[in-house]
Amino acid sequence: MSRRLQALLITFILAFTGFFIVWYKVGVLGIPFLPHEKRSVYTVGAEISFVGQKKSVLVSMALPEPQEGMQILSEDVASSGFGYAEGETKEGKRAEWSRRNVVGPQKLYYSLEVLIEPGEYKPKHPITPSEQETETLSDLPNILQDTAKNLLHDVRSRSADTHSFVAQLIKDFSAKEPSQAVKILLAQAGETKIDLLYRLLRYRKISVRKIHGLFLESARRNIVLTPMLDVYDGKNWQLYDLKKGKVIRDKNFFVWQQGSASLIEVTGARKSNISFSVNERQVPVQNLLEKKELVKKAAILDFSLFTLPISAQNAYRHILLVPFGALVVVLLRILVGLRTSGTFMPVLIALAFMETTLSAGLIMFILIVGMGLVIRSYLSSLNLLLVARISAVMIVVILIMSFMSILSFKLGIKEVLTVTFFPMIILAWTIERMSILWEEEGAREVFIQGGGSLIVAVCAYFVMSDPFVSHIAVNFPELLLVVLAVIIMIGRYSGYRLSELIRFRSMVE
Amino acid sequence: MFANPFKLKKLGILGMNKRNIHYIGAHNDRKYYPLVDNKLKTKIIAQSAGIAVPKLIKTIERQSQLRYLKEILEGIDGFVLKPSQGSGGKGILVIVKREGEEFIKANGQRLELRDIQRDISNILSGLYSLGGKPDIAMLETLVEFDPIFDRYSYEGVPDIRVITYRGYPAMAMLRCSTRESDGKANLHQGAVGVGLDIATGKALFAVQHGSPVTHHPDTGYDFSELEIPHWERILTLAASCYEVTHLGYLGVDIVLDKNLGPLILELNARPGLAIQIANRTGAVKRYDVIDRQQANLDVAQRVKFSMEHFGRKTGEG
Repeated sequence: MSRRLQALLITFILAFTGFFIVWYKVGVLGIPFLPHEKRSVYTVGAEISFVGQKKSVLVSMALPEPQEGMQILSEDVASSGFGYAEGETKEGKRAEWSRRNVVGPQKLYYSLEVLIEPGEYKPKHPITPSEQETETLSDLPNILQDTAKNLLHDVRSRSADTHSFVAQLIKDFSAKEPSQAVKILLAQAGETKIDLLYRLLRYRKISVRKIHGLFLESARRNIVLTPMLDVYDGKNWQLYDLKKGKVIRDKNFFVWQQGSASLIEVTGARKSNISFSVNERQVPVQNLLEKKELVKKAAILDFSLFTLPISAQNAYRHILLVPFGALVVVLLRILVGLRTSGTFMPVLIALAFMETTLSAGLIMFILIVGMGLVIRSYLSSLNLLLVARISAVMIVVILIMSFMSILSFKLGIKEVLTVTFFPMIILAWTIERMSILWEEEGAREVFIQGGGSLIVAVCAYFVMSDPFVSHIAVNFPELLLVVLAVIIMIGRYSGYRLSELIRFRSMVE
Repeated sequence: MFANPFKLKKLGILGMNKRNIHYIGAHNDRKYYPLVDNKLKTKIIAQSAGIAVPKLIKTIERQSQLRYLKEILEGIDGFVLKPSQGSGGKGILVIVKREGEEFIKANGQRLELRDIQRDISNILSGLYSLGGKPDIAMLETLVEFDPIFDRYSYEGVPDIRVITYRGYPAMAMLRCSTRESDGKANLHQGAVGVGLDIATGKALFAVQHGSPVTHHPDTGYDFSELEIPHWERILTLAASCYEVTHLGYLGVDIVLDKNLGPLILELNARPGLAIQIANRTGAVKRYDVIDRQQANLDVAQRVKFSMEHFGRKTGEG
């Protein structure tokens, strides 16, 4: 395989891998591609109230299970004086509060934070055997059994398939003026509407389950859970609101409880009541990432930078930008043909500019290098050895820098103070290189290469300090593979540089 | 402002990227670089292959030898001091004569012994070498330049650069120093490049800073009258470097000594592109012709081929 083909192949594989991981993180895991994107986090609170009667109280409440399309970020319990435990039962997880000798009105709070995940909602709960057990209606009085069977027969004749059957049945039960049969059933069966519907459907051998949940919306208080029926037609589960009939599975619908167990059981107290509240707040996704709330769920993120200690993360924030600076250098050198002193000196200078600000950095750079050149030219007349001379230049650079900082502080210019962090080795080397260049090639070359370095450094600075670039560098480090691919591709570019179109201009004329 | 890149391509102009990938990258194996990057090694291997080079007087390898510099230079009137691993002519000191305790540079500047000691010290500590490696200073005999060039050079070292591709001399130019280039034959610094006809060694065009000139800016002589003597010997000398260096893409710098004739001064594995402007010809066209030639021809056959095919033809340029 020719080198050209190899380079193309590597480029393609790298770029594909990089873009694929980005696609996965954005499309599937929901990490925003743009910075400052916000996500709604809903706080769902349950408030249980009851009045104690000088007895031991045991409160048990059904807790929501993990569910598709929703992520429970955190849970919080507030219940002063009560013992709290979470228990696993056949019907699911439950919260249990307990306390001896409770007197007077009491309130217990349970809240959790929920994040709606992006992407299509695809429920895939399996059917548990209990849901498949058929109902016999045999415990109902005979007259009710007949009424129910007639009703079901009537509904069946008005329907075409499972879904339309369920829809028609619910419509019958929700009508403003229900039919005689429905009235009788509701009045005499001694069951709630949902239980009755649940029974009838199971009698028809339809897989169905009861669900209690709430819609995540902003600022709602004192709401009760909405009962729903989840019906399986052999292919899909479909939710039915008991008032409106068929509903499209709403992404906002948070299932609090599944199954037939009671939502809340309070023993040893009276006037027990439970109500829910929902509150929405906008959270920058960056915070979610940094708090590792999004991170823990995906293996791919488990290897991300966010799992590192904060100090290491901060170091990588800068390091990950260097490749983008390098890309600028590659573009400007290979495609444009700018000449710089040293290949990656411009990136280092740009990094230094990021610590100061651009204007302060540029002024300081030119001032310090300029003064350094003067001093260096004197040192060279002293006949020093190379290593000693570079060290001497470095010390002089430090002296100039500290003097400038002090002077500017006295003058009240604060920007210059940050210059103390300016990497002095870079400056000392730049001075050394520039002065050699001056001696050997003349001042013209110093201005060409020094100017080229500064132009490239400023371009690299703008790229590296761009909020979007730093966002994607930190959150999508796999894009470095794409940067690598682009650099390899440019590395095989054998066409003319922009500067050569000027240089060889006379050949065409 | 910009030339049309398609026109440049049609003319066969070699660009920097193409040079790096298709000529240097493909034909110059990096393991042979130390040979040309180190002038001392080049000189030794060239001498053993019978290629004419300026004579090496002495090498200075340690700072401690500087104490005896006076004794070393005893009786040597003119000499050249250069770092063995320098590039682009950096650190080269040319002393044309001595007057008492003083050394006179080519441009008339007077130096003392300690100035020379300092230059050697810089060379040894690696100031001029690639990557700052410690280096060796070479003391060479001064080339007595053929007076033919007196008219075309100002205070300096005129040399002939021949680009050889796969051992074939492909393009040549004379580099004339000017007042602006400070006596150096470096085109970047304002030296004049004169394209040379491969068939005859006659001047074709002259350029300074990429623009055509007809006369030397300092001496005023017309370049069109220029013809290089010993032309075939020069090409043969350049072509024979291929066998010695194994480098397919090579710039050979040659000087003409009054008594010894053409001498190889330096080899360059990364020769520049300005030679195309001086010749007003794209290099790729010639390289393509060479690429179609069979390998294993000897030096004389290659030189003959180049002289027959790359000479100035009517209408070219």
